[in-house]
Amino acid sequence: MTTHNAKTVGTSVSRVDGAAKVTGQARYAAEHMSERAPLIGWVVSSDTAVGEITSLNTEQAEQADGVHAVITHINAGPLKPFSKPADESRFTQSRAVLNEPHIRHFGAPVALVIADTLEQARYAASLVSYTINGKTPDLLTEFDDATQKPESLDGGFEADASSGNKPQQRDIRASIHTTYTTPSQISAAMEPHATVADFKDGKLEVYCSVQIIATAVEALAITLEMDVEDIVVKSPFVGGGFGSKLGLHFDATLACIGARHLERAVKVVLSRRQVFYNTPHRGHSTQQINLACGDDHALLSVQHKSAMPKAKGYEFAEATGAGARVTYKSQFIESTHRVKDVDLPLIDSTRSPGDAIGSLAFESAIDELAHEAGIDPLTFRIKNLPVVHPMKGTRFTTHNLGECLRQGAQNFKWQHKAQPTPGKKIGHGVASAMRMNVLVESSAEVELSANGEVTVRTDMTDIGTGTYTILTQIAADTLNTSVDNVTVKLGDSRYPASCGSGGSFGAASSGSAVKKACEALIANIKSSLPPTLSQAEVHISGGQIKLVPSAKGDINGTTDVHSLDDFMSHSDFPLSASGKVSADDTSDDEQYSCGAHFAEVEVDEYTGEVRLLRQYGLFSAGQILNIKTAASQIKGGMVWGAGYALTEGIHHHTDTASFVNPDFGEYHVAVNRDISEVSLDFLQEPDYAASPVGAKGIGELGITGAGAAIANAIFDACKVRVRDFPITMDKIIAGYN
Amino acid sequence: MQPFNLHHYNGDTSLDNFPLSNTSRFLAGGTNLIDLMKLQVETPETLVSLAKWEKANAITEDDNHYYIGAMVSNSDLAKFAHTQPALSILAQALLSGATVQLRNRATTAGNLLQRTRCYYFYDTTKACNKREPGTGCSAINSMNRIHAIFGTSEHCIATHPSDMAVAMMALNAQVHTQQPNGNTRQIALRDFYREPGDTPHIENHLEDDELITHISIEKKANGTQYYHKVRDRSSYAFALVSVAAGLKIDDGRVKDLTLAFGGVGTKPWYPQKAIRVLEGAEITPEVISQAAEAELSSAKTYGSNDFKPELLRRTLEKVLLEIAEHQEKHPEHEGALYDNA
Repeated sequence: MTTHNAKTVGTSVSRVDGAAKVTGQARYAAEHMSERAPLIGWVVSSDTAVGEITSLNTEQAEQADGVHAVITHINAGPLKPFSKPADESRFTQSRAVLNEPHIRHFGAPVALVIADTLEQARYAASLVSYTINGKTPDLLTEFDDATQKPESLDGGFEADASSGNKPQQRDIRASIHTTYTTPSQISAAMEPHATVADFKDGKLEVYCSVQIIATAVEALAITLEMDVEDIVVKSPFVGGGFGSKLGLHFDATLACIGARHLERAVKVVLSRRQVFYNTPHRGHSTQQINLACGDDHALLSVQHKSAMPKAKGYEFAEATGAGARVTYKSQFIESTHRVKDVDLPLIDSTRSPGDAIGSLAFESAIDELAHEAGIDPLTFRIKNLPVVHPMKGTRFTTHNLGECLRQGAQNFKWQHKAQPTPGKKIGHGVASAMRMNVLVESSAEVELSANGEVTVRTDMTDIGTGTYTILTQIAADTLNTSVDNVTVKLGDSRYPASCGSGGSFGAASSGSAVKKACEALIANIKSSLPPTLSQAEVHISGGQIKLVPSAKGDINGTTDVHSLDDFMSHSDFPLSASGKVSADDTSDDEQYSCGAHFAEVEVDEYTGEVRLLRQYGLFSAGQILNIKTAASQIKGGMVWGAGYALTEGIHHHTDTASFVNPDFGEYHVAVNRDISEVSLDFLQEPDYAASPVGAKGIGELGITGAGAAIANAIFDACKVRVRDFPITMDKIIAGYN
Repeated sequence: MQPFNLHHYNGDTSLDNFPLSNTSRFLAGGTNLIDLMKLQVETPETLVSLAKWEKANAITEDDNHYYIGAMVSNSDLAKFAHTQPALSILAQALLSGATVQLRNRATTAGNLLQRTRCYYFYDTTKACNKREPGTGCSAINSMNRIHAIFGTSEHCIATHPSDMAVAMMALNAQVHTQQPNGNTRQIALRDFYREPGDTPHIENHLEDDELITHISIEKKANGTQYYHKVRDRSSYAFALVSVAAGLKIDDGRVKDLTLAFGGVGTKPWYPQKAIRVLEGAEITPEVISQAAEAELSSAKTYGSNDFKPELLRRTLEKVLLEIAEHQEKHPEHEGALYDNA
């Protein structure tokens, strides 16, 4: 019998919550069984984009079978106006709705009907009548209409940045001046936004689907004008977020308003159409890109100008130019972002803000320039890689983009194409991915019971990414125990505040906090032992704490394992310790995860239909905590990238500022048959400058560049460059003619 | 959903027992009607469920015809058609539609009667002459990527969404019905649908109290067959353009052609003008182009569907050239062009 537990970080460990999920034991927000059976709320949605409610008739609905209340701006109770106070972060500002007769966007809630059953609530909702004196909505239609310079961009980037001097005309061998457009997009998480809220004795308990718990509590306290201490938020399982659940949305606000009004439990689940209007989407972008290179194929000039809509009264603008600023060195780099305030539903983080759509355009444009200059696009990229930050001259903690491109091309068999079937053409495409890494303040606690069981608590969330599993591994490895002996508890605001899930920072930040908590626990144990034993390793197995001789020292001159029976019988269990990471735990140098995407496509010579044959990626993101969950997450990102390249886009009905296709029948998320082989590898290289666990972010790395590789492969196949995403067959055949 | 009365028809009692009118609907698989009722696009006062109508679940045949019960599921019909070389085009069309789960529920008669997927028909905040006669058509001057180019009117440009019906149009299927007074009739599917004109809410020639009992298809050889559906994603999307074609070639010339188009018409489109050009002709890109032009002479586009004529021309060329090439090599071939179709 051994007391050694093999290290699990960096290996493939199956999800510890997998069995619960596939057997229905893992309850998502709408499935939560509250102490009191919840009443059901159904949202009455606005048919007008912007205006004031001038009349509202709820009488018929109130008298309908099973109805307990119809809540409107007249009886919703105390609410702080939406997005106030201005000095709070956007995830802690008020998320109020029904607080005023003003309607800010199409599909916004006008009323909430609460009844015994879903059917009663939904039918009664159809009996609510209202009029709104609609005004013409503001929208962004022309690049030049976006004139407002955002104060800052998501990720902390400046709106405008410039470095170096414009090249002389005589030095330019090849140049391109081009405009790319990407459509409005939606996160499209499988689980719709849903909340069960219960209000009892002045206290609010909220089960919802949210990526960050601590800010959700603050947002509810501000919105409902309640004390933080009176609110508990739980989100133990989240069925996908992709940015759309970073903050709370109207399902949560409305369920809480209803629960407070009736002093009952109330459930609100948004329908798919309501998700499109009452949760964030990404604005459409126009990106003007000018590039030039010299005789030696060195980039001389990179100009990237972005125009996007911004939802009125909500401070969010994404950094589509971030990739253009960091991916390649160039004598001159200029990047600007402009926005226009529009009367659309919330515009916020959606699947890798900035880089997902920035890379679609920029990495396509880089490909265009390579072709214009007559150089292989892979060679062109490798030739222009930076050693230090191209604009700031600052160091990278690590930078493996070159290795990803070179090794990735070998693994993919770049330009070794299969024989096309008759009537089809095959193409290969490549694109680079650079995604900024950040470490965000995060806390955790660990507890050791008298029978040797380990429990970790943090308000971190698992949005399907594998957080339960990687935190279990980190705790098990640090405490030298088995993963079976560790229970990780997440998604409860009573636990220590974490970074939450988002911005690719969750695993490294919360994982480092857990590691530090476990290290503190070991330090506590060792502090009660004689100094002669301090070099030995603490292990936990078979219900006991043991000392095991380490490479650094044996125990009292023997190599025997030493059980701390004495220590255990004199200790006050449970033993516990806390850990916290902050900005002090990470380097000031530039931190980026990077990767190289490759795609092989087949394009029909007659119809322009595109079929994906292969997607491959090679990624560098520091220590990969769990190969299996990390690979699954990256694959998901690559599939999203295929969706952005080929199928996804919200169509706007401009007269009414509504969406033409707000459902999964007509908003085309890629389906299984659209995707073919997806494979990837990691370059494993712990980056302890980035985080104590050596990991960097992967959450948004998979999508960044994935779509551009496909777009470039399409061009390689059929020589048609489509600059208006998604690349549908009608745009390709327009290029054939 | 509006409250409604629910009745059950089991095939043994008379239809006379039910309050059939323009506010009643027969409920078959429910894959379309129930969704529309939830959105209050459809607000029937009476539903007559056909779930207990066992007899309508059968597929039978005699020497000359196949008979497909109204309640045969799309999955079962696809499974059967897959075993009959001459019905390959029907199997291919069925399997290109919806998902396995929907095909398990959706029925043969229900599929013929499914409503359009026009965005504005589904959005009760938008004007729609098909949903609410007289309110106007939101599609004509807005986003209309998925809309029709054949058979449109100033009142409606919505497409009929069925794939199955396109194949049945090509196969010259016959619709058999009965009424409460005991009358039965047979309507050729090619005459079954109405173009929208100024009454886009009336989509076919059925009476309010008329029930489809079965579909019949004549047994005949259809040669090499190919249903090619061009759409915005490879599964679970409606056709932008589809071509259903079966071809027999004799001595280098078209001996027998079975052809229909989907995704382009206000009804499943039977392209008579194109067929006239192709009959007896040698299949060449030029002839196909002439056939497409002949049919497209009556096409009208509306902005975001301007690409459809060119896409139809190209899809028709691809399909006919590929099946003609196969027929030249295998003159006796009967069945799918591609084994995995």
